Amino acid sequence: MSSLTLISAALRRKKARTFLTFSSVVFAFLMFGVLSMIRSAFSMGVDLAGEDRLVVRHRVSLFQLLPQSYEADMEELPGVVDAMHMTWFGGVYQDPQNFFMQSPVVPAEYLDMYPEIRLSEEARTRWIETRNGAVVGRATAERFGWEVGDRVPIQPTIWQQEGREDEAWEFELVGIYHSDVEGFDETQMLFRYDFFDETRSFGRGQVGWYAVRVNDPERAAEVAASIDRLFQNSAAETKSEPEGAFAAGFANQMGNIGLIVTSILGAVFFTILLVSGNTMAQSVRERVGEIGLLKAIGFTAARVQRLVLFESLTLVTSAGFFGLLLAAGLAAVVQPMFAAYMPGLFLQGRDIFIGLGLAVLTGLVVGFFPARRAMKLRTAFALRRL
Amino acid sequence: MSEQNGSGPMVDVRQVTRTFRRGRIEVPVLRGLDLEMQRGDFLALMGPSGSGKSTLLNLIAGLDRPTSGEVFVGGAAIHKLSERRLAGWRARNIGFVFQFSNLLAGLNAARNVALPLLLTSISGKERRRRVALALDIVGLSDRARHRPRELSGGEQQRVGIARALVNDPALLVCDEPTGDLDHRTSDGILDLLAALNQEHGKTVLMVTHDPAAADRAGRLLHLDDGRLVESADGEAS
Repeated sequence: MSSLTLISAALRRKKARTFLTFSSVVFAFLMFGVLSMIRSAFSMGVDLAGEDRLVVRHRVSLFQLLPQSYEADMEELPGVVDAMHMTWFGGVYQDPQNFFMQSPVVPAEYLDMYPEIRLSEEARTRWIETRNGAVVGRATAERFGWEVGDRVPIQPTIWQQEGREDEAWEFELVGIYHSDVEGFDETQMLFRYDFFDETRSFGRGQVGWYAVRVNDPERAAEVAASIDRLFQNSAAETKSEPEGAFAAGFANQMGNIGLIVTSILGAVFFTILLVSGNTMAQSVRERVGEIGLLKAIGFTAARVQRLVLFESLTLVTSAGFFGLLLAAGLAAVVQPMFAAYMPGLFLQGRDIFIGLGLAVLTGLVVGFFPARRAMKLRTAFALRRL
Repeated sequence: MSEQNGSGPMVDVRQVTRTFRRGRIEVPVLRGLDLEMQRGDFLALMGPSGSGKSTLLNLIAGLDRPTSGEVFVGGAAIHKLSERRLAGWRARNIGFVFQFSNLLAGLNAARNVALPLLLTSISGKERRRRVALALDIVGLSDRARHRPRELSGGEQQRVGIARALVNDPALLVCDEPTGDLDHRTSDGILDLLAALNQEHGKTVLMVTHDPAAADRAGRLLHLDDGRLVESADGEAS
């Protein structure tokens, strides 16, 4: 027999109450896991942003175009290694609901800029050889059942083809990319800029935004400022920022997801503190006599305090662990289902550790006051409650 | 009992007062009381409610501290011990028997008896031996695995006595040990306490309201208004 036997006996004393408190804590940590997944999905771009990459866009908005000639101008600037451009295509496949990101790029430049992408040599070669060739991320290929060699019609919502305004753009799928970086976006469709520029009915020589690689991440802000200075007072002024800040700004267009998630979790955990705190306080109140007995037979005040604290820790931490386990199981089930829509929807190891830390902290906070009360209880007084 | 002197009285209470504060009023409960108990005594303490019986018992058992005066038990000046040392001293030297056995509902009889041994470093084997011996002394060897709710009131009190014995203390402190039991069961508990006193050499201090229970003790003291005013053998203070 050890102190664990005493803790176990105390928790089994009112089984229904322990079960209900355990369940509410499990639910709270399940919610923590699910909301962490959602936050992770929205902030994945921020987390995966390259420290040495800047995004340069039109100063007014992301949807205003920039001249394609800026690329060469920027590459002349000190601190810039290279630059490449992308453009929001905004097409749909067969049905307006089948929306995913498409962009024209210069293949070699794009693959240099994003080494996170894994694409076979054969696909790279075919992409350069095929004028209307496109590569697509694994998630989107699986979503629509596409295979290399398929001809994929994409209905434009912005970019019409010259002389064929109502027709879909037809791309030949030359490769399917993936990434070894967990959470990297595997939903994009990328096709050749030269084909796009020659075929579109307007806006030739214009691009959406630039990715710029700098040679020293520590000087990224300085380089960004010099880029914006370069195009100051031109017809298309720029706004340059680190890729992480750009991704955060993009995600925040839907609202501050981090703040929303944190607020919900704050409310949930505050409630859990009250619920489990009340359980522990009630449990100690009912056991004043038992605590008096333990003290009478020689348990020191500190030892009694530790017993109550460990009881609280055992209850909350085990429930928290179970809730996180459920969340991880849920993530394993839903991640493949939502991979095409929300590529970052998975429970990160970091969040599991934060959750476990939160469980321990909650257990300590919940147990603190009842444990203190048990410690301070006068033995002679407590024995009168036998 | 490592902290106890082999010679001298088991309990020596000298000029002890205990005053409680209720709001702004100070209520004296014990008023300069002296008491000696020799080793092997079986002393019953009687008196009306509020006379200070339990307060005196708590002071002797190291559960409370005197407002003034000195308390020696087994030669140890327990009024000088810190809270932490006092807890350790109680664990080694005092066996408590309460009016209600106060067993932990989630533990079986053997585990309830083993509770005080949690505070020692003895081996599991020795622990089991001591628990078995204590249960054997109170006649409940066959009930070791039973939960408190599966035992009668008398059996629960016997388990409580076994718990008090398991650390082999020299002094048993009993607060109304038969107060919650019927006449017949009370007799059995008092027989057990008498046997522990006579056959196992335990010194027993028992607070009781029951004259029949008090009659079983070798000495009887009466407390009234915080003073020992009368005793069966003529001792008074």
